[in-house]
Amino acid sequence: MTEQEFLEYVQGGGQVETGDWMPDDYRAKLIKFIEMHGNSELMGVLPEREWILRAPTLQRKLALTAKVQDEVGHAQLIYRVVEDLGKPREACLDDLVSGRAKFHNVFHYPTKTWGDVGVIAWLVDAAAIISQKALLKCSYAPYARIMKKICWEESFHILHGRDVVLTLMNGTDEQRELVQEALTRWWGPLMQFHGNPIPREEDPMYLWRIKSQGNEEARQGFLDGYVPQIWELGLEVPDPALRKREDAVWEYTEPDWDELRHVVTGHGPRTADRLDLRRSAREHSAWVRQVVLAEAA
Amino acid sequence: MIYEVFRQERKGQAFQHAGSIGAPNLEFAELYAREQYGRRQESTALWLVPREAIDEVGDFVDELGRTYHRVDGYSLKAKLKEARERATARAG
Repeated sequence: MTEQEFLEYVQGGGQVETGDWMPDDYRAKLIKFIEMHGNSELMGVLPEREWILRAPTLQRKLALTAKVQDEVGHAQLIYRVVEDLGKPREACLDDLVSGRAKFHNVFHYPTKTWGDVGVIAWLVDAAAIISQKALLKCSYAPYARIMKKICWEESFHILHGRDVVLTLMNGTDEQRELVQEALTRWWGPLMQFHGNPIPREEDPMYLWRIKSQGNEEARQGFLDGYVPQIWELGLEVPDPALRKREDAVWEYTEPDWDELRHVVTGHGPRTADRLDLRRSAREHSAWVRQVVLAEAA
Repeated sequence: MIYEVFRQERKGQAFQHAGSIGAPNLEFAELYAREQYGRRQESTALWLVPREAIDEVGDFVDELGRTYHRVDGYSLKAKLKEARERATARAG
């Protein structure tokens, strides 16, 4: 099979297994994309972890712990897929803690209040599931298969987040204010989440059918699915330009792409702290890995 | 060691490939598989198979185009139409 034939094969909906021949560029793009996803799952637990001890009820504490466990589990599954493509998990973690690898913009920000926890679990996970559902059709079949399980668990996360938000909205004025402030804080990063509106034909990840939708398509899907849900609660989206046109396209103020670039290249408000925490957790648990491997040997 | 994980969603259903896990031995593999693929009762059973134990057989080429042993080798529509017409004519 030539590279051109391979390209036509995946563009026609064909799927590829681990042992199949694939062009080097395809393999490199897969590793980059899937590794970034794994990193995001692993780093995504840190903002929420900060709230396990401060969760308002035992039920919330348990749900948050379960969510953190899920996300770490996703990271393990995803790194396994990356390993089969040729990059060992330890190498991924080396690159992550040294700041060479990227992870999603939303995990570089602080969580100021319990309102943030609700907004993250509801809307950040909603934005993520829109990207992830499009990966169920990924041309690399082992990745598509584990996405089934991941999407299934993410659905619980969104419900949990929405439940947190609804509980606050049914509470006191002060609680409603917590949600509004959190939404206002997170709206910018949420609008940046799906990336710049590069036409999908020019996006190498779409070209190889690693992704099956363009960035703007994903953002439109997010706005269409969730803005009405935000509005019906009486919350205000901090963008005066936001509206749905008659042709069903959402208009909005241009997201701050400079902020996105700045944040994902390691300059977010919490990037350094979170990488420090990940680094020290890895060091402190090194003895466990050593004992397990020695035991098995 | 890499173990391939196959999961059965409900009793009686086929086991389907779900993913793989890395574990130093079968004992750890069982533990990890239980966590990753069964902790929400989403599976009734799991099969763990060391990757090396899997023998894949592929490339099924139909060189002779033998459609006579498949359903797509039998297109009955035109013949049935003719047969029905003949039957009607005979009866008339």
